[in-house]
Amino acid sequence: MTWAADGGPLQRVASLSDLRPGEGRLVRLHGREIALFLTAAGVRAVDARCPHAGGPLHDGLLSGTRVACPLHLRRVDLDTGEVEDCADRVRCYPAVVRDGEVLLEL
Amino acid sequence: MVAASLLDQLVRRDAPWEVTVFGDEPWLPYDRIALSGVLAGERSPDDLALREPEWYERHGIEVRTGCHVLALDASRRRLRTPADDFDFDACVLATGSRPFVPPLPGADLDGVTTFRTLDDVRAMLRRAAAGRRAVVIGGGLLGLEAARGLLARGLEVTVLHLGDRLMERQLDQGAGALLRSELEHLGLRVVLPAATVRIEGDVRVEAVALRDGTSLPAELVVVCAGIRPNADLAAAAGLTVGRGVRVDDRLATSAPCVFAVGECAEHGGRTYGLVAPLYEQAAVLARRLAGDGAAAFAALETATRLKVAGVDVFAGGRTVAEAGDQEVLLRDDANGVYKKLVLRDEAVVGVALVGDLSPMAAAGDALARNAKVADRLGLLGVGRTEDAPDGADLPDEAVVCGCNGVTKAAILAAIGREDGCATRACVARCTRASSSCGSCAPVVDGLLRLSGAGGMPGVPPAPPVCACVPLPRAALRERVLTADLRSVGAVLRAFGDGIGCHRCRPALSYYLDVWWCGQHVEEPASRHINDRVHANVQCDGTFSVVPRIRGGVTSPAELRRIADVAERYGVPAVKITGGQRIDLLGVRKRDLPAVWADLGMPSGHAYTKAIRTVKSCVGTDWCRFGVGNSTDVAVRLERLLEGLYTPHKVKLGVTGCPRNCAEVTVKDLGIVAITGGWELYVGGAAGMTVRKGDLLCTVATAEEALQEAAIAIQHYREEAEYLERLYHFVPRVGVAAFRAATAEAPAQRRHELLERFRRSRAAAGDPWRAVPAADPGRFAEAVP
Repeated sequence: MTWAADGGPLQRVASLSDLRPGEGRLVRLHGREIALFLTAAGVRAVDARCPHAGGPLHDGLLSGTRVACPLHLRRVDLDTGEVEDCADRVRCYPAVVRDGEVLLEL
Repeated sequence: MVAASLLDQLVRRDAPWEVTVFGDEPWLPYDRIALSGVLAGERSPDDLALREPEWYERHGIEVRTGCHVLALDASRRRLRTPADDFDFDACVLATGSRPFVPPLPGADLDGVTTFRTLDDVRAMLRRAAAGRRAVVIGGGLLGLEAARGLLARGLEVTVLHLGDRLMERQLDQGAGALLRSELEHLGLRVVLPAATVRIEGDVRVEAVALRDGTSLPAELVVVCAGIRPNADLAAAAGLTVGRGVRVDDRLATSAPCVFAVGECAEHGGRTYGLVAPLYEQAAVLARRLAGDGAAAFAALETATRLKVAGVDVFAGGRTVAEAGDQEVLLRDDANGVYKKLVLRDEAVVGVALVGDLSPMAAAGDALARNAKVADRLGLLGVGRTEDAPDGADLPDEAVVCGCNGVTKAAILAAIGREDGCATRACVARCTRASSSCGSCAPVVDGLLRLSGAGGMPGVPPAPPVCACVPLPRAALRERVLTADLRSVGAVLRAFGDGIGCHRCRPALSYYLDVWWCGQHVEEPASRHINDRVHANVQCDGTFSVVPRIRGGVTSPAELRRIADVAERYGVPAVKITGGQRIDLLGVRKRDLPAVWADLGMPSGHAYTKAIRTVKSCVGTDWCRFGVGNSTDVAVRLERLLEGLYTPHKVKLGVTGCPRNCAEVTVKDLGIVAITGGWELYVGGAAGMTVRKGDLLCTVATAEEALQEAAIAIQHYREEAEYLERLYHFVPRVGVAAFRAATAEAPAQRRHELLERFRRSRAAAGDPWRAVPAADPGRFAEAVP
């Protein structure tokens, strides 16, 4: 276990080399499903299920830092967790990359 | 254009004049209103001519193009031209106007242009091809049309406007603000109030400087700061000239036998810039020249319609209420709709519509007639249920085509006469209605429908690919091929916002595949998940797998393999599909490569917009009624087309006799065996829409049927918009046009279509073999 600059615990979830630009990747951790993305603005991580109908967000189409859920094309903002036409948000996990490893603040 | 309208009317009235036309520009009279369409790449400069050369010849009209009249001698009734002197009995000045260019430093730099003539448009296009940023000075009608065209050409466009709202001569604050926000949403930048003080640059324009110190870099500057009547010739001849050439109600100038119409004329202290009142002037003068001494021109409330990259605007009369006026206002910000009536003593004196022009015909007519209106909300479309205006509720004298001043009665007369018009194109030829801006086309179509004349829906202007890539598909194709761009990212960087969205990136992925005949650079990140993993995502996040079973013909060994795979991978559901295939549902993503390998069958492409299935009956092999070997042809058809991506999914069928057991007349493309040949149907549907396909052609042999199918599919691949089903494409363009472009196209075009088809087909592989080997990691989860 390593620690974030402000003191939170960080968990390694993947190698940066596992991710490819623009395509999401699923990771399962402590019973959670988390979608990882390598965007032009850096790594983003959110809960993998779309709150609308449970669609797999890691399989969505990424444009900038927004991903469109593959089931009904609702767009999810990876920075805020806001979901288009939906009152619920997805949880966002701050991500850092150290020595080629992707670490999340859970 | 006004002169051309006058000629039209004189010819129609058989007026006994020998007419000679003198024009500065090197072309025959052409449609200036359509120039913005040329700029946007929607129209070709070649079809701007208002009349063909033969028309002038046939009616004995001599046209001297490129001939600048040097002087007018009204007392001797003589014109001086560089070639000779010309004596006349009557002279009509229709000299139009010229753009006003404010005296700004740098206005003469290379790259600064106005927007008035075909030459201006050509100059703009040359600069647009070389540059990236354009500034339009002036946010009036003309400026916004120019901005729209340049936006469609992929430039970054900024509109500078001196006033506090766009189009302030036509729009009130609310409509102007909504228009602005809609335009900004489409990618246009609007700065107002913006006072330009200087255009900067050495030889070529480099930037535009504003009074507040801002400097906007630009390679092209278009000045649309208003127009000035061309009255110099009249002034030099001693005619009374104010802002324009002064005319009375009979359009006579201060000199006997000299008349003036159009933008150069000043009537009652007003000059006009919109086309409807000017055509009214032409009509009045034609009547007068044909001997009707009572014909008189009266000032008209003018209305204008504008479409800027998808934003519809219609405005007329006074849209800002004066003291004592009443307003009716409907506003729906979320949907970008704004509708306003201004009334005086219950009569309509002003109309402003943004976003929804369905009330345009009725409200415009009420405005023109200054009509008293009881149901004001009804006039704005509240409570109306029909979605297409059909003109049924318009009075006969209502002007349907504001551009050309054509009434409902005139259109009905053209439809109703012997051999009357049956199509909008014919109405346009005979009356000119709908031939300019096209906004009245739905009403013309409605009148055709009402008259039982059919009313083929015409082709509306091409929409942009997306707000992220604001170019119509055809214009984008040309630029992409010229610039040799082969990936979605490269196209978005060159002609889009650099990012794109989940709508345009799959569309661009498809277009690049077709335009380059498969020689593009595939970018999985721009594809939906189905196209990244070549399986159909299900509601629980698992995938379905449909192997290709050509023509629906399988074997015991194949069925055994499918059964083994289903058991080995714990596939929870196995189902026969509507297209005679077998669907394995609930496969985990990580199992997909192994499932494909164990099946040993090619992809059925059931997850994507591509050639799907060819359904068949058992034909002459087994059926006692069969007249053609439908099973064999179905398998061959599927082999011929499989692996090709298409704008939307394509379902096909081949049936062995007209009993049509394979239900092929409700397929996108269907082939029916008949005695002695084969029939091809296109555009059938039995899904969300039910539609019987149109007969494309009848051929003698199976080989010919296969070739016609390939040509038809390639035409659809190249010309339809992404996500447009064949059953939408065929009725949109009309089956006659579809046939003319395929089965009945010239040999050269058919050859070229087949050539591109073959290249695309040769580049299409089986993704179930290619992808896992190239990219094994795509199917796995990350490991913490």
